[in-house]
Amino acid sequence: MRPGGALRARWGRTGRSARWAAAGTAVALAAGAVAWGVAAGGAPRVRTLDQRIAVVDGPHDDQRVSLDTTFYKPVGGRRAPAVLLGHGFGGSKADVDRQARDLARAGYAVLAWSARGFGRSTGEIALDSPDYEVKDTRQLVDWLARRPEVRLDAPGDPRLGIAGASYGGAIALLTAAYDRRVDAIAPMITWNDLADALFPDAAAANPSNGVFKKLWAGLFFTSGAGRTACGRFLPSLCAMYQEIAEKGRPTDAAIATLRRSSPSTVADRIKVPTLLVQGQADSLFPLDHADATARAIARNGAPVSVVWYQGGHDGGDPESDRIDDLVLGFFDARLKGADGAAPRFMVTRAGGLDSSTQRVVVDEATSRTYPGLSNDRQPLALSGGPQTIYNPPGGSPTAISALPGLGALSSLGGGLGGGRLAAEQPGQFAAFDTAPLARPLQLTGAASVTLRTDGDGPLFAKLYDVAPGGGTTLARRLAAPFRASGGQVTVELPAMDYHFDQGHRVRLVIATTDMGFATPAKPASYNVRVVSPLSVPTVPSLKAAPTPIPGWVWGLPLVAVALALAIVLPGRLRRGPEEDSDVPLEIVGLTKAYKNGHLAVADLSFRVEKGQVLGLLGPNGAGKTTTLRMLMGLIHPDSGEIRIFGHRVYPGAAVLARLGSFVEGPGFLPHLTGRDNLDLYWRATGRPSDEAHLDEALQIADLGSALDRPVRTYSQGMRQRLAIAQAMLGLPDLLVLDEPTNGLDPPQIREMREVLVRYAAAGRTVIVSSHLLAEVEQTCTHAVVMARGRRVAAGPVAEITGAGRRLEDAFLEIIGESS
Amino acid sequence: MSVYDVRRTLPLRVEAVRQFRRRRTLVAFGILLVLPWVLVAAFKLGGDPSRDGVPGLVDVATAGALNFALFALFVSTGFLLVVAVALFCGDTVASEAGWSSLRYLLAAPVPRARLLRQKLIVALSYAVLAVVSLPLMSLVAGTAGFGWDEVHLPTGGTVPVDTALGRMAIVVGYALVSQLVVAALAFLLSVTTDSPLGAVGGAVGLVIVSNILDAVTALGSARDFLPTHWMYAWMDVLQPEVQWTGMAKGAAVSISYAAVLFALAFRRFRTRDIVS
Repeated sequence: MRPGGALRARWGRTGRSARWAAAGTAVALAAGAVAWGVAAGGAPRVRTLDQRIAVVDGPHDDQRVSLDTTFYKPVGGRRAPAVLLGHGFGGSKADVDRQARDLARAGYAVLAWSARGFGRSTGEIALDSPDYEVKDTRQLVDWLARRPEVRLDAPGDPRLGIAGASYGGAIALLTAAYDRRVDAIAPMITWNDLADALFPDAAAANPSNGVFKKLWAGLFFTSGAGRTACGRFLPSLCAMYQEIAEKGRPTDAAIATLRRSSPSTVADRIKVPTLLVQGQADSLFPLDHADATARAIARNGAPVSVVWYQGGHDGGDPESDRIDDLVLGFFDARLKGADGAAPRFMVTRAGGLDSSTQRVVVDEATSRTYPGLSNDRQPLALSGGPQTIYNPPGGSPTAISALPGLGALSSLGGGLGGGRLAAEQPGQFAAFDTAPLARPLQLTGAASVTLRTDGDGPLFAKLYDVAPGGGTTLARRLAAPFRASGGQVTVELPAMDYHFDQGHRVRLVIATTDMGFATPAKPASYNVRVVSPLSVPTVPSLKAAPTPIPGWVWGLPLVAVALALAIVLPGRLRRGPEEDSDVPLEIVGLTKAYKNGHLAVADLSFRVEKGQVLGLLGPNGAGKTTTLRMLMGLIHPDSGEIRIFGHRVYPGAAVLARLGSFVEGPGFLPHLTGRDNLDLYWRATGRPSDEAHLDEALQIADLGSALDRPVRTYSQGMRQRLAIAQAMLGLPDLLVLDEPTNGLDPPQIREMREVLVRYAAAGRTVIVSSHLLAEVEQTCTHAVVMARGRRVAAGPVAEITGAGRRLEDAFLEIIGESS
Repeated sequence: MSVYDVRRTLPLRVEAVRQFRRRRTLVAFGILLVLPWVLVAAFKLGGDPSRDGVPGLVDVATAGALNFALFALFVSTGFLLVVAVALFCGDTVASEAGWSSLRYLLAAPVPRARLLRQKLIVALSYAVLAVVSLPLMSLVAGTAGFGWDEVHLPTGGTVPVDTALGRMAIVVGYALVSQLVVAALAFLLSVTTDSPLGAVGGAVGLVIVSNILDAVTALGSARDFLPTHWMYAWMDVLQPEVQWTGMAKGAAVSISYAAVLFALAFRRFRTRDIVS
C-alpha cells in the first residue's frame, strides 16, 4: 500500500496523458486500503475463562491447592490441540497472556496457570518438585482433557504441548518425564540440573565441589521469598537455601533436593519432540544446560531442536517475535502435523546496527544437525608462562563478568563500551594469548584448556577478544568457575557463539574473584600455567541466512520501470517514407493557438520556390516568429503542416539538416569563444567538418581577432553576425533569418543584403523576416504579408507594391484593410 | 543532401566539452577537491576529536586516510553532494534554454530524445565524477594528514585495508545510487523550467523538505519511502558485518523514483513547445 502512496505523487505529475494510470492507481489503493482494514480490524477476539482449579498434591497426595488459571479458548470453534503455558520464577499467569492469546488465535486451547506459591494460587513453592508442581500440572492436563474445546488423542489424553520460560520451562520438561500424555514441549532458558546451575564446576561438573553462584542464587530465592525470610517457600527448601547460602557450599541433601527438581535426573523418560530455547546472555542457566538436556532427550530417540537466542536471564534482545514464531511453528508441526519443523540447531547472531532503525540486526544461523558443544575442535597455541595470582583478603575487590541486566551489552559484542566494564583486578588474573588470528574464528560451543595450578580455592576462567589496537572485550561476559586443588585440571570454558575477527587474539584469563560467585575471604596465591593449547569448537555447517529483504525492494523498482515505460512509450511518432520534392518550403493550413487562447497563426498557407528571397512581413504579433519556430520544429502546430523539400517538419526531423536558421536572436554558450561555439555547433550536427564551409561563414561574421574571445564579451552586433554565420554553416538549401540586420551598422547591412542575394542566386532559398520594409524591398524577390496570424498578401514584391508604389505604402494599406 | 545521421548528432565528447569549461563546473569541482584539505587543516588546528557521547565517524576521523575519507563523505552526503548532483543535472537543459542555444541545437537537428539522452549521460557522468572525486581527494589529503591505516569502526573494531577499500567502493557506489533520485528530480525540473537556478534550487529544496518530513517520526514506516530516508544507509557498511538491507531498500526507493522522474522528463520534453 505504501509504495502505491509514494507512487501516486509521481503519477499525478504525468498530466492528462496518464489519467488512466492515475485512475488505475486509485483503484489499487482503494483495494489495498480495504484489504488492510480487514486485516487490522479482523484480528479475532480471544475468549477467556478465568477460574480456580483445585488440585491435590504432596508426597502423600494430601495437600489441597487452588490454582489460579486462565483458559484461552481456541479461535475457530473446532476441537484444538491444547498448550499449557508456564511462567517464570517470581511471575504469574499474567506474564504469558500475550503469548497465550497469540496461540489461541492460531487455533490452540491454551491454559495458563500461576504455579503453587505464585500469584493468586495457594500453596508453597516447591521448585518444580515431582511431588508438588508436577502433580499439579498433571491434574491440569486432566482438566484440559475434559474441556469440549480440546482435541483428544484418547479418552482423558489431550493432544498437548507445554511451553514456558525458566521455571515454566523446567515444569514442561519434568511433566513430560512424568506424564505420557504430553506430546511436545518447548522449554526455554531453563535448567538441566539445578545443583549444577547454582554450584557450577567447569572442571568436573561436580556440584559438591562447585563454586556457589551467590548473586543469582540470592536473586532466585529472594524473588520467591518476598519480604519475609522464607516467604512462600516450602519450609524445608527455605532451610536448605539458608544453609547453603551461609556456607557457600552445598550439602549432599541439598544437592539431592535440587536434583529431584531437575530434568537431568529424569531426562531418560522424556521421549517427546522438544524445542529447547536457551539464552546466549544467560549466566544463570548457561547454554550447557540446554546442551545436556538436548543430548539426553536425543538419546531417547525423540527429535530435539536447539535454539540459542540473544536474550537470557542476564537481559539482552528478547527476540520475542522470533521465539514466539518458532514455538508456534514447532507446535504446528508437532501437534497439528503441519509442514516445516524448526531447524535442529539455530543460533541468532547480532549482525550490527541497521542505520535506518538504529536497531541491532539479528541474523539466524542454522544447521541441519545439533553439533553439541565440542564440534570440530581446533587447537590454538597459548603464549604466556607461569603466572602467580592472588586472592585478596576479604575477597574484595572483585572482577565483574556477568551481572543480571548486563546481557544487553554482551549482545553487542562489547562494541559499545559494555566490554570495557569487565574490570579485571590487577594481580588477580593470569592472561594467556593466542597469536593474532590469520582468519576470522567463529567459536560455537565450549572451548577447553588444561591448566596446572597449585593452591586450593575457586578460580574463574574466561575468554577475551583482544583487538589489534589492544581493546579487550570479555566474550559474552561469561565466566566458568572451577576449584583449584593442586595439579592438572581441564577446564570447560563458557559455552557461547562468538565471532573473533581476523587479526584479533583470543585471550584466556584465569581470575581469582568474580562478583557473581562466592570467593573465600582468606588471602591466597595461585601459580597458574597452561599445559595445553586452547581447544576451540567450531560449527562450520552453521550458516546464516541473509536477513530477508522485503518484497517491495524488488517490486517497487519493477512497478516504477513499468510506469516509466507507460509514461514514455505512448505518443511516439512513427513516420512512413516520404518523397523528395524540389519545393524548398510549403506551408498548408498552419494553425497554432497558445495555451492562453491566443491564436498566433491561423490557417496560414504559402509556398516558396527555389532561388527566391522571400520576405515575411507583418506588424508585431502577426505570428511571424511563431511560424518560423514551427518551421524549425520547436513548436508543435495544432493543425496544418510544413514541408521542406517535400518532407514534413516535426521536432528533430532529418530534413531540418537542410535548414539554416537564425530566429529571435543569437544563442551561444557565453563561456566559449566565437570559434569554439561554431565548431562545437557544427560537431553537434554530426555532419563531416569539410561540409561546414567554416571559412565562408566566418567571412560573413567578420569578427577578426574577437573570434577567439568568449562570446560573453561580444557586442549585440557581433553576436548577431556570429549567429548568421552559424545559420549559414554547411550552406543550407533553405536559410531562414529573422531580423538579420538588427544591430548592424549601415555598411554591414549593405553587405548582408548582397550576401543574401548571392546566396539565393546560387540556387538556394532565403526567407527573411523583417520589419524594415525598405530593406525587404531591396533584397527580396517575393513577400508574404501576415497580420493577426493570417496571410493577407503574397507574391512577387513588385506585384504587392503595384506600379510606382513603395512597399511601405502598400504594406500599410494591406494591414489597414485587414484590421 | 549532405550526410546527416541522427546517431552522430551531439556526440558525448562535444557535450562534455561544451559543459566542461563553464565556471559552474570548475567551481563545483574546486570545492569538492579543496574541501578535504580544509577538513585536514581543521583537524590539525583543532586537535584530535574528543571521544564522548554517542560514537560517530568524527571520533575516528583522524585514524587514517580511509577513516578520513569516510568522514568527509559523511559530512557531505546530506547537502554538498546533493547540491553538486543537482547542479550538474538541473542546470544542463535549463541553462541551454536560458542562453537560447537550445533551439539551435534542436533545429540542427538533434532529436529531442537524443538531446536529452546525451545531456543526461554527460550530466550524470559529471555528477559521478564529482561524487567520486571527493573521497578520492580525501584519501590523498587523509594520507598526507594522518597516514595510511586500516579503518577504525566507530563502534569499535577495525577493518583491514584490503577489505576496507572494497567497502569504500560499496560506500561510494551506494552514495551514487542514492543520489540518483536527486539527479532525476533536478533533470525533470531542468526540462520544465528555463531557469537553471530554479531547477537546481527546486531539487535541493525538495531534498530539504524530504529531510524535514523524515524527521517527523510520527510518520512511521511511511518515511521509508521518502527519497532521502536511506541517504546514509551506506553507514551499514561500517560494521563488522556489512548490512545490506538498508542499502537494498534505499537503492530500490532511489531507482524507483528516478525511473519515473526520468520518464516524466523525457515525456515532458518531447511534447513541450520550445519558446525560449
